[in-house]
Amino acid sequence: MKVLACIKRVPDTGAKIVLTEDEQRIDTSGLGFTMSPHEECAIEEAVAQVETHGGSAHVLTLGPPEADEQLRTGLAMQADEATLLETDEEEWSPRATADALADGIDRLDDEGFDLLLFGNESADAANYQVAVRVASELGYPCVTGIKDLEVEDGTAIAKREISGGEEVYEVDLPAVVTVKEGLNEPRYASMRAKMQARRQEIESVEPRAETRAGGLEKVRLEAPETDDSPAEILGEGSEAVPEIVEILAEEVEVV
Amino acid sequence: MILALVEHDKGTPEELSLEALAMARELATAEGDSLEAVAFGDEADALGDELGEYGVEAVHCVAHHHLERYAPDAWAESVVQLASEREAKTITAPGTDRGREVLARVGTSLDAPMATNCLAVDIADDGAYELRRNRWGGSLIEHARLDGEHKLLTAAEHEFPIEPAASPTEPSVSTFEPDVDDDLFAVQVDRVETGDEEGIPLGEARVVVGGGRGVGSAEDYDQLEELAELLGGTVGASRAAVNEGWRPHDDQVGQTGAKISPDIYIACGISGAVQHMVGCKGADTLLAINTDSEAAIVQKADWAVIGDLHEVVPELNEVLRDAA
Ligand SMILES: Cc1cc2nc3c(=O)[nH]c(=O)nc-3n(C[C@H](O)[C@H](O)[C@H](O)COP(=O)(O)OP(=O)(O)OC[C@H]3O[C@@H](n4cnc5c(N)ncnc54)[C@H](O)[C@@H]3O)c2cc1C
Ligand SMILES: Nc1ncnc2c1ncn2[C@@H]1O[C@H](COP(=O)(O)O)[C@@H](O)[C@H]1O
Repeated sequence: MKVLACIKRVPDTGAKIVLTEDEQRIDTSGLGFTMSPHEECAIEEAVAQVETHGGSAHVLTLGPPEADEQLRTGLAMQADEATLLETDEEEWSPRATADALADGIDRLDDEGFDLLLFGNESADAANYQVAVRVASELGYPCVTGIKDLEVEDGTAIAKREISGGEEVYEVDLPAVVTVKEGLNEPRYASMRAKMQARRQEIESVEPRAETRAGGLEKVRLEAPETDDSPAEILGEGSEAVPEIVEILAEEVEVV
Repeated sequence: MILALVEHDKGTPEELSLEALAMARELATAEGDSLEAVAFGDEADALGDELGEYGVEAVHCVAHHHLERYAPDAWAESVVQLASEREAKTITAPGTDRGREVLARVGTSLDAPMATNCLAVDIADDGAYELRRNRWGGSLIEHARLDGEHKLLTAAEHEFPIEPAASPTEPSVSTFEPDVDDDLFAVQVDRVETGDEEGIPLGEARVVVGGGRGVGSAEDYDQLEELAELLGGTVGASRAAVNEGWRPHDDQVGQTGAKISPDIYIACGISGAVQHMVGCKGADTLLAINTDSEAAIVQKADWAVIGDLHEVVPELNEVLRDAA
């Protein structure tokens, strides 16, 4: 079985998001980069499915050259191959991203992938659509928001949480599945695996996307106002306990 | 015409659908356009009365012999056919699993752009939409333009107040029979499995005691469990704690976990990363217990105790136990 995980490089913002002067992006000086937790689960699932069924696991991203760092995270988690659809720093719109991914997937492999895993939504943009659009371009069925997945005899059995339980889908492979954190527990890469991943080759491919007028275009970003008035300090250590009890009783009225 | 997808439970509209309808109505009012609704499933025809209060002029109930179980491609194709017949150029959906995936599929059929998580939408002189939408789970806002022959939008959660229209309508209620091929049922709910419910769900708890990396071990959550129990609440966790294997992912609060809205959130040993805070911004009040007076959560909290949670929480439990 050939399994693909699509991931997106995003800044690892800490406790406060600071924007660049032109309000076009997050000021990443001093920040690390990461991917969505959903996508980490997509990589884990790809690798685990291959461990069970045999085959190979592939990670793919559309992003700047530095996104090879996130691909190497995938390789260190035991994915077999990684491909970068290389762009400049600009973020692509969801339609262009989906075009380029679908085209890239086509070019990557003649036989095609059996299972294509995506995050339910990207960490930064949360467009909730790249996977659906890729599935449509490739003509594959697509299920979204999956937290439980099994593959048996060419069928994916996928479950999505609803209030009071789960709804179950059974779709024939090849299929696109978008997953949520909680699907599995992504493995930690060993030091050795990380070293090896650093030496592995990453294929870089020029992306192609249709150009269309209009669409969804970012104008600028805004960091919303937060209430930064410091908390009232009730005290240090357990000397504050009487104050906490008073708040719970008087202000919040839960005791 | 603006067409709004409405999810409902046997004729009672869902809250998030009414919020999305509020967004759609703002647009209809601004454009001087009419607002119609499309709904699937049993008793959709009962939606007329309530949707009239929100200014809907027509309710289209999709009927198809194969549609007794949810099938996203068939839903999307039905919406596309209805939109074409009624000449709808803007289509809205609630920010739910179904709303988003159906609208994204409509987007592929119409080759139309879609903006999710919208907070506000204005109409520019050239007819494009100027909107604000949430990024990073709501810790960042994007100002964007949405332009195209068809425009698709989903509403961010709990941003559009549900208020009756100034002039209520008496919507026409009609059945729409789409022409959908069998292959549009390749993805369809096969069955529903009911879960076993235990404890108070995080999203509904009045008190949530959250534990982060500062808790230090799975065993040390016993102290937080006890505090939660004394206060009639439930325990939540940060992603760091879940990654350590101390708590199940179901307990996680934040961007990729649960959104909570308790009367009080007691955050113990949690630093206050933005991805955690977007999950608890619905809390009325926030009490932080942290050894580090510089921690971001201390800035964001209403009250803070500077100290070791392993000292403060057991002491607090003892006082509460004695008082009970
Ligand atoms: C896309 C994305 C999505 C994410 N989604 C989520 C999410 O849904 N939920 C989430 O929580 N995180 C999420 N994260 C992770 C987030 O960025 C932080 O890494 C995480 O919240 C940190 O958890 P923490 O506060 O428990 O740990 P830390 O940041 O390590 O903080 C531990 C805190 O405990 C304090 N402490 C230590 N010992 C004690 C003690 N004995 N007593 C009292 N205080 C003590 C320390 O001073 C410190 O403030 C996400 C990240 C990304 C990139
Ligand atoms: N630039 C990208 N490169 C690779 N995969 C992506 C990219 N953008 C989005 N995706 C995938 O599509 C999913 C949904 O993204 P979105 O539609 O932006 O919410 C993500 O979780 C990724 O799996």
